[in-house]
Amino acid sequence: MKGVRHYPGFLAITLLCLLVLYLPLTVVAVYSFNGSTSITSWGGFSLRWYADVFTGPEAARFGQAAWNSLTIAIIAATVSTVIATAAALAMIRGGRFRGKTASYALINLPLLVPEIVVAVASLIFFTTIGLTTGYLTILIAHITFCIPFAYLPIAARLSGIEGFYEQAARDLYASPWQAFRLILLPLLGPGILSGYLLAFIISLDDFIITNFVKGAGMETLPTAIFGSVKQGIKPNIMAISTLMLGVSVLFVSLSYLINRRGRPAR
Amino acid sequence: MAGAAPIPETGGSDATYARLRRPLLAPTWAVIGTFLLLPVLLMVVYSFLTKEFRGGVIWDFTLAAYDQFFFDRGLFGDEPARIEWTYIMIFWRSIWQAGLATLFCLLIGFPTAWFIATRPETSRPVWLFLITIPYWVNLLIRTVSLRFILRDQGPMNDALIGMGLIDQPLALLNTNLAVQLGLFYSYLPFMVLPIYAAVERYNFALSEAAADLGANRWRTLVEVVLPVVRPGIVAGCILVFVPALGAFLAPDLLGGAKTFMIGSLIDEQFRGSQGNWPFGAAVSVILMTLVLIVLMIQARAATRAER
Amino acid sequence: MQTAISIRRAVKRYGPVTALQDVSMDIADNEFFTLLGPSGCGKTTLLRMLAGFEDVTEGEILLFGERIASLPPEKRPVNTVFQQYALFPHLTVLENVAFGLKMKGMGLAERNARAAKMLELVHLSGFADRKPAQLSGGQQQRVALARALAPQPKVLLLDEPLSALDLKLRQAMRVELKALQEETGITFIFVTHDQEEALAMSDRIAVMSAGRVQQIGTPREIYEAPVNRFVADFIGETNLIEVEVDSVSDGRATVTLPGGHRVVCAAATNSGGRHALSIRPERVALAADAPDLHATVERVIYLGTDLHLITRLDGGEPFALRLQNASRTALPDPGARIGLKLEEGAARLLAD
Repeated sequence: MKGVRHYPGFLAITLLCLLVLYLPLTVVAVYSFNGSTSITSWGGFSLRWYADVFTGPEAARFGQAAWNSLTIAIIAATVSTVIATAAALAMIRGGRFRGKTASYALINLPLLVPEIVVAVASLIFFTTIGLTTGYLTILIAHITFCIPFAYLPIAARLSGIEGFYEQAARDLYASPWQAFRLILLPLLGPGILSGYLLAFIISLDDFIITNFVKGAGMETLPTAIFGSVKQGIKPNIMAISTLMLGVSVLFVSLSYLINRRGRPAR
Repeated sequence: MAGAAPIPETGGSDATYARLRRPLLAPTWAVIGTFLLLPVLLMVVYSFLTKEFRGGVIWDFTLAAYDQFFFDRGLFGDEPARIEWTYIMIFWRSIWQAGLATLFCLLIGFPTAWFIATRPETSRPVWLFLITIPYWVNLLIRTVSLRFILRDQGPMNDALIGMGLIDQPLALLNTNLAVQLGLFYSYLPFMVLPIYAAVERYNFALSEAAADLGANRWRTLVEVVLPVVRPGIVAGCILVFVPALGAFLAPDLLGGAKTFMIGSLIDEQFRGSQGNWPFGAAVSVILMTLVLIVLMIQARAATRAER
Repeated sequence: MQTAISIRRAVKRYGPVTALQDVSMDIADNEFFTLLGPSGCGKTTLLRMLAGFEDVTEGEILLFGERIASLPPEKRPVNTVFQQYALFPHLTVLENVAFGLKMKGMGLAERNARAAKMLELVHLSGFADRKPAQLSGGQQQRVALARALAPQPKVLLLDEPLSALDLKLRQAMRVELKALQEETGITFIFVTHDQEEALAMSDRIAVMSAGRVQQIGTPREIYEAPVNRFVADFIGETNLIEVEVDSVSDGRATVTLPGGHRVVCAAATNSGGRHALSIRPERVALAADAPDLHATVERVIYLGTDLHLITRLDGGEPFALRLQNASRTALPDPGARIGLKLEEGAARLLAD
């Protein structure tokens, strides 16, 4: 007799779930090391497509796209994290106030509205106010939809920090600003970092909205890959995909380690 | 807190932040208000404007876009109005595909979430970590991987032929099945995580009590576990259904003309001179309305459950 | 003796809810003063008002003659030991203890030396470099004490600091806290719902209920001369019997006990009519001759040092008594009818 936690078959389903999630990624990662020019036949292990990514005919295009993606992700994650931290302080520590529900809905609006609708609305807005679509419009859109993603871990962390820490600091002669900087901010740190990483990945990931507001000639890594894939999957795409996969795994590992280390004591 | 008279919001409210909440929230209101709320409202306005050829709008108010969605008045618009089924069918297909994907995700996701949540505390983070990695991997790349596997000469067909199950490659791409697989694969982690969170908080003594009172484990699952962790299940279903409904990548990269979904329909209206912005805006408004209805039903159910 | 804290007609309201009604008290310098009451009585609210975490709706708080009600917490020379200790989890024990000194602008070397001395005072010298999470509950509690004492506050506020500890540790800490207070000479204001804790440590106790002060006095006064039903019932065990007052004057009353016997007792009221008479269970003896009360034994509970008798008076009222388990003399069996004799001063007539 096994305990009430055990259900027969659940292990098998879990393994199936992991298989489904990992099989396509693994296959692509393996084929990225294919020495053959055809994606169909296996031509032995080779790094030629990785070399192609950096030196091949499309290297300049993908390089520029990667640079755009990276700078947009860094700026968007930074700005949205600052905005989200301020919002979380007001929402979690500000008590009850008029407009709290509305503010909450607003913060979560980018999650509630389907992505394609956000894309359409942004395009229409930028066109109407006469802002030429390009780097700036991508950046604005990314900052906007990254706010709730940054907000979630920060707010969760903040509501887990008891108010008495700051009270104790104030009691021990710290000014409100000192209580924030010396006590709350260090305790909130892991949440802010998680929020930042999440916003960064979400920005780096985005395709649909970027595709609408990027304008002609401007590419981020996802839109460049999409453009290539439409003409058929070439081996260099698999190499790029595998590289991006590596970046994602690196980030999720980092965030995992940060969260584990930063648990509050009580 | 013993001895505490009604102190509002224990461990929360702080006079300092209460005083500062306006400036603290101002950036959020400015950014999301200006760059999302306002655009969405503008989009609603656009759906009532007249289309201009070559993409764009003329500021004349009309119901033409909605009329085009629901009615067919012939090529020159002078025939008696009949119901236009094309777009309604696209919506129906999207709802069906998203619903089916939600169901499959639930069938796989619940046991997975349960299994992970019942691991010892030392190994649980590792399982969770394995589930979250694909969630962090670029959706486009995941969809491209699937497209790569499902090709006519791709590994999936190779494997099936190798096992002797088929002798001719199956046309897997550009089918509803491929799109379904894509949606399922894209949003599976969204199902697992909220259910996991709910099961982790589940008090297993409830299951023991049910067993003690004579329920076998499957009865216990249906009668006790599912009702208790329902908020997590509902959250997971919403997180899968809503994005799947407006999905663009899976139908676009894995499907074809016959598997057209809302996302592609909207996208098409904003591409080049073939586009029809008011119609695209109208379809977006209809999609958004649909999603809001789903969310409102869920919110209603959630508040009722709280009472 | 100098007055450390003077609370004058303090009122605290949260919207329509009144948490404190017209509270006034003076707390002397160097005093161990306890706010005692059941949960929700307003004692923690009062303490938080002294610390500066709650503002005062009406009234005035004076600290050595200075008005502090409008000062923020960091401007008040008082420190708090929090119920959950609130040790900063990201700082070491030493940094925690030195925090208040740092905020006051003391240099690194000096404040570390001072913090180390404080740790010595609470017997935690070897733990300076640990993080709070690495300490036991009792050790965390000492760190919280050291941290609050380090800036040498004029008044130390303690918010149920022992409630998270187990019984043995709690009892040991009582002795230590009292010793610490005598050693430092700082006024302690201690909040608790545990009457035994309050009686054991306090110079004086303010018993609170429903946002009001019911009685202020030494532990002995509170226990032996409760002013009303609430205090008599809340502090220790007592028998409350409704009696008819025959005459009352100058704090003495003549009352008729159930069964008709008359006794003279101390009175906390000056009005006649029916009132509650409090009789402590340990101040009653079994008596064969000329008993004041007659009762029937229902249950005998053996408690080691004591015997607990649950009886019913002839009038039907339940009545408990505690007898020392000293002699092996005959114990009454359940069902036996017994006579009870009140000791001198055992009965006290209460105000409602």
